[in-house]
Amino acid sequence: MGANTGAISGARMAAELTGAEIVVQALTDLGVEVIFGYPGGAVLPIYDALFAQTRIRHILVRHEQAAVHAAEGYARSSGKVGVVLVTSGPGATNAVTGITDALMDSIPLLVLTGQVPTHLIGTDAFQECDTIGITRHCSKHNYLVKETAKLGAVLHEAHYIARSGRPGPVVIDIPKDVQILRARYEKPGSIGHKTYKPQIKGDRASIELAVEMIAAARRPILYTGGGIIISGPVASLLLRDLAKLTGAPVTSTLMGLGTMPNEHPQFLGMLGMHGSYEANMAMNRCDLMVCLGARFDDRVTGRLDAFSPDSKKIHVDIDRSSLNKTVRVDLGILGDVGGVIEDMIKIWRSRGHKPADLEQWWSDIAGWRARDSFGFQQKAKELLPQHAIKRLYEATRAQKPIISTEVGQHQMWAAQHFGFDAPNKWLTSGGLGTMGYGLPAAIGAQVANPGALVIDIAGEASIQMNIQELGTAMQYRLPVKVFIINNQYMGMVRQWQELNHGSRYAESYSDSLPDFVKLAQAYGWKGIIIEDADGLDAGIAAMLAHDGPVMVDCRVSKLANCFPMIPGGAAHTDMILDARDVQGERDEDAKALV
Amino acid sequence: MKHMLAERHTLSILVDNEAGVLARIVGLFSSRGYNIDSLTVADVSGDHAVSRITVVTTGPPPVIEQIIAQLDRIVPVHRVLDLTALGPHVEREMALVKVAGVGSQRDEALRIADIFRARPVDTTTGSFVFEVSGPTSKVDQFIALMREVGLVEVARTGVVAIARGAEAV
Repeated sequence: MGANTGAISGARMAAELTGAEIVVQALTDLGVEVIFGYPGGAVLPIYDALFAQTRIRHILVRHEQAAVHAAEGYARSSGKVGVVLVTSGPGATNAVTGITDALMDSIPLLVLTGQVPTHLIGTDAFQECDTIGITRHCSKHNYLVKETAKLGAVLHEAHYIARSGRPGPVVIDIPKDVQILRARYEKPGSIGHKTYKPQIKGDRASIELAVEMIAAARRPILYTGGGIIISGPVASLLLRDLAKLTGAPVTSTLMGLGTMPNEHPQFLGMLGMHGSYEANMAMNRCDLMVCLGARFDDRVTGRLDAFSPDSKKIHVDIDRSSLNKTVRVDLGILGDVGGVIEDMIKIWRSRGHKPADLEQWWSDIAGWRARDSFGFQQKAKELLPQHAIKRLYEATRAQKPIISTEVGQHQMWAAQHFGFDAPNKWLTSGGLGTMGYGLPAAIGAQVANPGALVIDIAGEASIQMNIQELGTAMQYRLPVKVFIINNQYMGMVRQWQELNHGSRYAESYSDSLPDFVKLAQAYGWKGIIIEDADGLDAGIAAMLAHDGPVMVDCRVSKLANCFPMIPGGAAHTDMILDARDVQGERDEDAKALV
Repeated sequence: MKHMLAERHTLSILVDNEAGVLARIVGLFSSRGYNIDSLTVADVSGDHAVSRITVVTTGPPPVIEQIIAQLDRIVPVHRVLDLTALGPHVEREMALVKVAGVGSQRDEALRIADIFRARPVDTTTGSFVFEVSGPTSKVDQFIALMREVGLVEVARTGVVAIARGAEAV
C-alpha cells in the first residue's frame, strides 16, 4: 500500500480520491447511468460515495441474484454494459447464479463486489469468501484490486473486456481498505489491453469463399443466433439484406429471436428442441448451413452424429473456441458477425450474384410448413397456454413490447407463439436456464426503457424464485407486467417425467401456491386473475390499462405439454409433433441426457 | 471424436506474471475435463512481467485444438504455442532420484547413473540422490532401472520445452 500511504504533499492530496470515489468517478467516466445493487458492510464506502452524487442512479434490489439479472435485462434491452454492486461473502455468492447466466448468454456486465480488508483476506473473516476463486470459472475475467492506485485503471480495463469480443461478466473484488485509502485517478485515453485483443474483422478470403459457397448452394439455410443481437441493431438489418439477396431460408436460435421479423416469408421460426418442424427439417436436409453468431448448442443440434449429415457448414463466430467445438465445420470465420455479413453482402453484390434457383428447396420447406407444428386448437373453456400467449402477443404487438421469461414450458411457448420483429426485445435465460430470471430482467429492461411495455411471461413455479423483486418494481414505480402461465406444475419437469419416467410426478406439482392476486396487492401491485378462456382478453386488457405494475395469474390447462419436441439426444428427424406420439419409456441412454 | 487416437502435445503458454494466472490455466483443464500430463511454470522475463507455462497434454486432435482455443481466450494469456505442431523442439525434464542400498547394489546404482550421465548430488553410507535430466523417456528409463537397485523416492520437474533454431517463437 506504499503508493497510497507515503508522504503526500498538500497539493497532491487535493487531487487524490478515496478508492470509493474513484469507483464512482470511473463509472461516471465510462458513461454508467444505473447500478443495480444491495449494500453491506464491505461496500459501505462505495455506497457513501454514491450517496454524495446524482449522476449515477442506484436501483436497490431485494436479493443479489436479482441485481445481476436486472443488470442483464438492462444490458440486453439497451446494448449497454450492466453494472452490479454487492457486498462481500453472501452478497458475492448470491450473485454467482446471475454471473454464470451472463457468461453463458454473453451479456456484458461489470460486477463490483466488496471484500474484507486486505489484512483480513485469508483469515476466514466475517463475510469473507474467496470471490475471485468462486467466480473464476463463471466470469469472463476477474480482478482482486489490492491497491487503490490501480483501481481506476482496472475499472476501465474491466469495462473494455466486458463489452469487447464475445461479451461477458467481469468481476472486480475490492477490499474495504482499498475503498477508503486515497490515490490519484486520471481518466485514461483510449482503452486497450496488452493481451486481450479479440479479432473483430473477418478474414476477407474466407468471406469470399463463403459467398461462393452460398451462391452455389441449392438447399442453403442461414442458422442465426444471439451473436447477431450482440453485434448491434445494424447486424439484424444486414441479416435481412443477406436473406433477401440470397433467397435463403432463415432460422434462429432461442437467443436470436427478433433478428428476423417473425412473419418474414423467409423465416422458418426457431429451431432446436422445441423449434418448428420446418426449421429442424431444413437444418437436417440442407446442403449448406451458414451459422451466423450461434454456437451449435446441444438444444439446437440434438444427436450430433445425425446432425445435418449432408451439408457443408460455415460458422461465423467472434469466439475462436466456438469454432469446431462440437460440430466440425468446413469453413470457420473468426470475427464480428455483423461485419462479416456486411462484407458478404458487398462481395455478393460486387460479383453480381443473383439468388440461386431454390424452387425445389422452398417447395420442400412448404411441405414441412404445412404440418403447422406450432398449431393448437383452443376450443373449450379450459384455456390453452399457447392461446394465452398468442392473444397476449396480438393485444400488445403494436406497442413493440420487451418480453422476458422465466424458464420452462411457458418460456418455450413464448418463444413459439410470441412473435418478435426487432432485436433487444426478447430477454430469456438460454444457456444456463435460470428460473427466477424473468422478473428482475424485466425490471432492468424497464429501467433502461422507461416508456416501453415490459412483460415477464412467467410460470407459477419460476416466478417464486425471485418473487421478492415485486418490492423493487414498486419502489421505483416501474410499471412491469408479470403474466403468469399458471398450470400448477413445474410443467417442463412434469413433461419430462411423462416422457422418461412413466408419468411419475415426483415433486413437480406446485403445491401451496400463494394467492397471486393478494400477493401482488401486498406489494402494492395490481393483481388480476384470468380463470379461463372466456376471461382472457378482458384480463389482458385490464393489465394493459393499468399504468403501474400488474401481476396476472392466468390459469391454464394443467396438463398441456410443449410440442413439437426433439427429445434429448434424438435426431432432428425424430421430432415429436404431438402428445399422441409419446409412448412408453425411453431407454437408459436417453434418460441420462438433459 | 471418441474414435480418434489421442496425441501427446507440448504447449508453451506465455502469460502475464500476475496473481491467480496459474489457477486460471489449471482450472480450465480441470473444469473442461482435459488431461495434464505435466506442468511447469516460471518467470522468464527480465522484469518479472511474463511467465512461461509448459503443459504436456494428451487428447485427440480436435480436443487439442479446443484446448488451445480455450487457453487463448483467457485474458492474461499472451500466446499459446503448440510446440508439437510447430515442429522441431527440445524437451527436457529433471528428476531427483533417491536410492538406498548397500554393497553391490550401490555399485550398480553408480554404474547405471554413469551411463545415464546422472550426477550424485547427495550421499550417505546407505543412499544416493541422483540428479538426472533429459527427455521424458530417458528419465523414465533411469527410474525404472533404479527400482531394481533400491529406489526410495522420486521428484520430477515435468517437461520444459523450447523450439529449435535461432528465432524466438
